[in-house]
Amino acid sequence: MADPMKIRATLQGDTVEVRVLMQHEMETGQRKDAAGKTIPAWHIQQVTATNNGKTVLSAQWGPAVSKNPFLSFKFKGGAKGDKVQITWTDNKGDKRTDEVAVS
Amino acid sequence: MTRKKFFAALAVTGLITGCATMMSDADISKKALLVMKSSFKEKGQAKLDRLDQDEVQATCSLYETPDKVPKDVAQRLEQSQLETIRYPADGQLLGNWKAGEVVAQSGVGKQYNDDPTRPSGGNCYACHQLSKQEVSFGTIGPSLLGFGKARGNTEESRKYAYGKVYNSDAFSACSNMPRFGHNGILTEQQIKDVVALMLDPESPVNK
Amino acid sequence: MEETPRFVGWGALVAAAAFALALAPAAGAQQKSVADDIARYRELLQDGNPAELWEMRGETLWRTKRGPKAVSLEQCDLGLGSGVVKGAYAALPRYFADADRVMDLETRLVHCMVTLQGYAPADAKKQPFGDGTDKKSDNEALVAWITSESKGVVINVALTHPKEQEAYRIGKAMFFHRAGPHDFGCVTCHGEAHKRIRLQDLPNMLDPADARRAYTSWPAYRVSQGELRTFQWRLNDCFRQQRFPELEFTSDASIALTMFLARNANGGTYNAPALKR
Repeated sequence: MADPMKIRATLQGDTVEVRVLMQHEMETGQRKDAAGKTIPAWHIQQVTATNNGKTVLSAQWGPAVSKNPFLSFKFKGGAKGDKVQITWTDNKGDKRTDEVAVS
Repeated sequence: MTRKKFFAALAVTGLITGCATMMSDADISKKALLVMKSSFKEKGQAKLDRLDQDEVQATCSLYETPDKVPKDVAQRLEQSQLETIRYPADGQLLGNWKAGEVVAQSGVGKQYNDDPTRPSGGNCYACHQLSKQEVSFGTIGPSLLGFGKARGNTEESRKYAYGKVYNSDAFSACSNMPRFGHNGILTEQQIKDVVALMLDPESPVNK
Repeated sequence: MEETPRFVGWGALVAAAAFALALAPAAGAQQKSVADDIARYRELLQDGNPAELWEMRGETLWRTKRGPKAVSLEQCDLGLGSGVVKGAYAALPRYFADADRVMDLETRLVHCMVTLQGYAPADAKKQPFGDGTDKKSDNEALVAWITSESKGVVINVALTHPKEQEAYRIGKAMFFHRAGPHDFGCVTCHGEAHKRIRLQDLPNMLDPADARRAYTSWPAYRVSQGELRTFQWRLNDCFRQQRFPELEFTSDASIALTMFLARNANGGTYNAPALKR
């Protein structure tokens, strides 16, 4: 089971700024271990963000994204108290969803 | 009871009871070694005897920096270390500068996670500037750029360079530089190669 | 990887060189601008410091009922009274009468895990550091959270109790203790101002300004390792590169050296968990 994300969502004027830290190995599939064996790829593939259930961001990620990635984005139309929900799915099918209220 | 004996007795008491207030610096150093011995554990090739000190290490640990070592102490250490230097039996001091560059770049060896069957490096670049190409160099030691150009590739400078790498304390007591030959970090051939790196006119050090 | 040059100092230096050069505006950039670029890179990442993931996990660990006695750590006394976390790290190590021993943060945490939660000492000390994979260390997480609660607090390590004074003096003697096949001591790399190992600047831990800057910047998320690293880890890795045996977690020597270095940083404003390359 993956560790929780750290999510912050703050309303500034008419824009909600969302900042997310995710804990993930993001293994590229290109690296080799000490014995010379390729370490299999293991990374987040899909990221979606919703605001009160409505999708505000959808992204496809690959092995180029760093370990423990940081994601920051803004959207309009949100209000204080709205529920921002982030979900990621990795290439092993592991999934994690966390939620925060806009402040 | 003489003064000296009194202090010795006090030191023993201090060790047993753990009384700190009266401890002299020398007693603290002794206690520090005991504490270290009980606080480190051997791992890989690094055994607990690595915490023990030879004459040079014990003496140098008494002074915060090499420039604070009294002249007579420094001279005595330099003399004793000079006597440790073993020059190659074949009289040949100059190896291959390309192999020397590999030694200068490599920082592995003697750490508990290092394979003791593989050769150690000299890690010269960690502390010295040596060539114009390598911008990732340290500044703990002086820049050696142009070392051979300035000194000439003479028998005298070869002998100095070999001796300095073999046992740096013979020329500068309590130097930060390891005694690569004396302590068996580098082999005779590796030191010859480093000497070539320093002195060969074709070496990047002298380009 | 294993060919990475190592020395007494701050880790994988070649990696630093590689990214510094990639960021440099032109080939042959001066050393100064290389250091500037590293600083800029750090600044850019500061906004989303993954160290916060460790802090978050640490706070959960602190509040979760765990161990044979199934209690949380919330009653643990870190020196400012039971359960007080705010500012506690800035006054550690310190003498604890209930244990009759000087303790640093890690040692105190182990003490609380044993006395409050009922863990066997060996279990409480089991995994001091993460190994770079997804096998995370609980200790690092707890330390990350507790230290984060001292952000902005001035380091104020006391030397009032005789055992605190003795720990400081033993730590100082250790700092100058040269030994091993390379004749290295802490002082070899950390006793002079403005020195560098490869491209890594070295703090002079005998200089108050440098000691403050260095001590208040640990723990840190190390981008090159993808791990949060504690000050305790820093000491361990220094000794590895010093060619010494392994420094044992929560040992007297480890506490004494931490005492010496923390005290030297007195007056500095704590500013971690930070971010390093």
